[in-house]
Amino acid sequence: MNGASRNSRGGTGRNGPGRNGQGRSGPLDAVLALRDKFGGGDRGNKNRGRASYNLRNRLILVGGALGLCSIALVGRALDLQVISNDFYRQQGDARSLREIPIPTSRGMITDRNGEPLAVSTPVESIWANPQELLKNPVRIPQLAKALGVSPDALTRKLSQRSGKEFVYLKRRINPDEAKRILAEKIPGVFSQREFRRFYPQGEAMSHILGFTNIDDLGQEGLELAFDDWLRGKPGAKRVIRDGAGRIVESVDLVKAAEPGRDLTLTIDRRIQFLAMRELRAALERTGASSGSTVVLDIATGEVLAMANLPTYNPNAVGVGNPDTHRNRAVTDVIEPGSTMKPLTVASALEAGVITSHTKFDTNPGWMPNGKYRTTDHHNYGVLDTTGVITKSSNVGAAKIVAKVPNQTYYEFLKRFGYGHKTNSGFPGESSGVLAPPSRWSGTTKQTMSYGYGLSATPLQIAQAYAALGNGGKLIAPTFVKGERHEPVQVLDPAIAGTIMRMMQTVTEPGGTATQAAILGYHVAGKTGTARKFNEFGGYSRRYVSFFAGVVPVNNPRFSMVVVINDPDPAKGYFGGFVSGPVFKSVMEGSLRLMDVAPDDIDTWMAAQAAAEAKRTKASGKPSGVVLPAPTHASAALPSPVGMVTPPGGAR
Amino acid sequence: MSVLRLLLSVLVVANVVSALAVVQARHEHRQLFVQLSRLERSRDELNIEFGRLQLEQATWSESNRIDQVARDRLGMKFPEGAETVVIRP
Repeated sequence: MNGASRNSRGGTGRNGPGRNGQGRSGPLDAVLALRDKFGGGDRGNKNRGRASYNLRNRLILVGGALGLCSIALVGRALDLQVISNDFYRQQGDARSLREIPIPTSRGMITDRNGEPLAVSTPVESIWANPQELLKNPVRIPQLAKALGVSPDALTRKLSQRSGKEFVYLKRRINPDEAKRILAEKIPGVFSQREFRRFYPQGEAMSHILGFTNIDDLGQEGLELAFDDWLRGKPGAKRVIRDGAGRIVESVDLVKAAEPGRDLTLTIDRRIQFLAMRELRAALERTGASSGSTVVLDIATGEVLAMANLPTYNPNAVGVGNPDTHRNRAVTDVIEPGSTMKPLTVASALEAGVITSHTKFDTNPGWMPNGKYRTTDHHNYGVLDTTGVITKSSNVGAAKIVAKVPNQTYYEFLKRFGYGHKTNSGFPGESSGVLAPPSRWSGTTKQTMSYGYGLSATPLQIAQAYAALGNGGKLIAPTFVKGERHEPVQVLDPAIAGTIMRMMQTVTEPGGTATQAAILGYHVAGKTGTARKFNEFGGYSRRYVSFFAGVVPVNNPRFSMVVVINDPDPAKGYFGGFVSGPVFKSVMEGSLRLMDVAPDDIDTWMAAQAAAEAKRTKASGKPSGVVLPAPTHASAALPSPVGMVTPPGGAR
Repeated sequence: MSVLRLLLSVLVVANVVSALAVVQARHEHRQLFVQLSRLERSRDELNIEFGRLQLEQATWSESNRIDQVARDRLGMKFPEGAETVVIRP
């Protein structure tokens, strides 16, 4: 059945030429077909002919198909690898090539002698890949212990970020500590280098320097003003990384890192320290709420020190009150009070309306000023121009300014830097208030003559006094060493000299600030006591006490302003009493530190002779040396230059 | 014909040589890079150390501290007016 069907198919289907030639009868054809099927002599012959014919065709067919396939494959490979290879090359690179930043540090800030004031030092930040870390929950307690946090808190933190690949565990820590944590070899925990800014001088410098944020950008003070200069430009390099994130090869340097440049300030760390210490002592002594002081180098306009209280620790910003971040000496304006009087006198001398010997009758110690009165502390009677300064007579100043035309007086004060910024470049600097004559009322000029009705920053006052000491040449203050502002002649040198001599009487016996006198030096200065505004727009019983001065008179080197805000009136509030001692202590130290020759040796010699005489009288025998005789074991210690061992223990 | 064959063999040899040279250069580059990274790391370490020492020095030389040590530990004090000898030049 099976065979027959195959035979019939063979007979009809395969009608090759050979069979057609033989097949004349149907039965013979069937016999032949049977013989073909069930074996016979010529079976091999028939098969051979059919196979050779089919094999070639099949080979061609199969070979052709395979050939086409390989051509397609090769073509595709060629297309991918040679012709349009961009896509896969990009994809490959994206998986192995990385551009990694080269971190760079912020420049150092030093004082004028190269002492570091702000230093960036590398610290480590520990970070983790939560996905990787959470695969080994067993290690979490170990990690928590190393980090010093509770395991629960850490687990919570990690599971909250379980979908992320990055979380900071601890930022900005000591590299040694980071090494200790990494030594635990917990998978998924890494460290990253960052830079942190340290301020070794701490509170003493914080207002000048300011601080940086966590990304190392300047936020306040000179850190902000010179941010571009200090900030380095991070570089970048392209590297090949393997699957584990290790760098296999550095392909090229995309951008070289530029480290931040260093900044040298004009501040002298030692004077700054003195200023801060004395200001703090004065605030404690007088119960004042805040204070500022500025020391300027007269010849160059360099700011040698600038201290403010209250202050803050720049190494831990964010802890304290932001109100303490203000550099009051530059940002806060105050009514300058009697420190204006030397300028009032100078403007009158320049206008030629008075001489230094003009007499002013200040009786009866007050004079009308609109609805109010201009009053003196005492009735000083008749004073000459010098006497007005020495005694700080408001009435005298009012009488002097009455002779000066409004516009002249305004222009004069403006030339001395009042009412506009000093150009020191300090961020947030205030310009103060100096209204033009068109906005003056009938009493404005009179009140301005003794320092009310206008306002200025302590830095502006120091600048104006420096100009008086500098022969009338005003130089804008600067914080950066090497930066020089052009001096501007704002006053005739002869008049400036006259004013200096007048101000010298203030610290001499009979003046208002004998507390500011420095042995061996002539001090020119002026006290000031301004009443503060109260909330009703009037003046309260709260005060601001000033002292502004210049030393030494004969060859002025320093100009210094001390402002003490809101001293406890019960403990005294007069400028000479409150601010004078700060001036004296700081200037005494600065004159010694900067090797300024004394200009008043005679007084010094006299004082020495007097002390000698007193001691001789007390002990009954003359002592050749000035050092007191040792009375106590500590005196046997070697005494270093400039310091002596105390006979009675530490002061 | 023989010229072409010669040229071909020269090119083949040159090809192999340059391939080997590439491998060699690559290897050297990697080794130098490893060395560079090591040196950079040690430079950074030294910088870190220097910065820390600078900070430490600045902290020790903080004026307040010196003042205190001079007064309390060394028993120094500031010379009073009468303890200063004035010499006229």
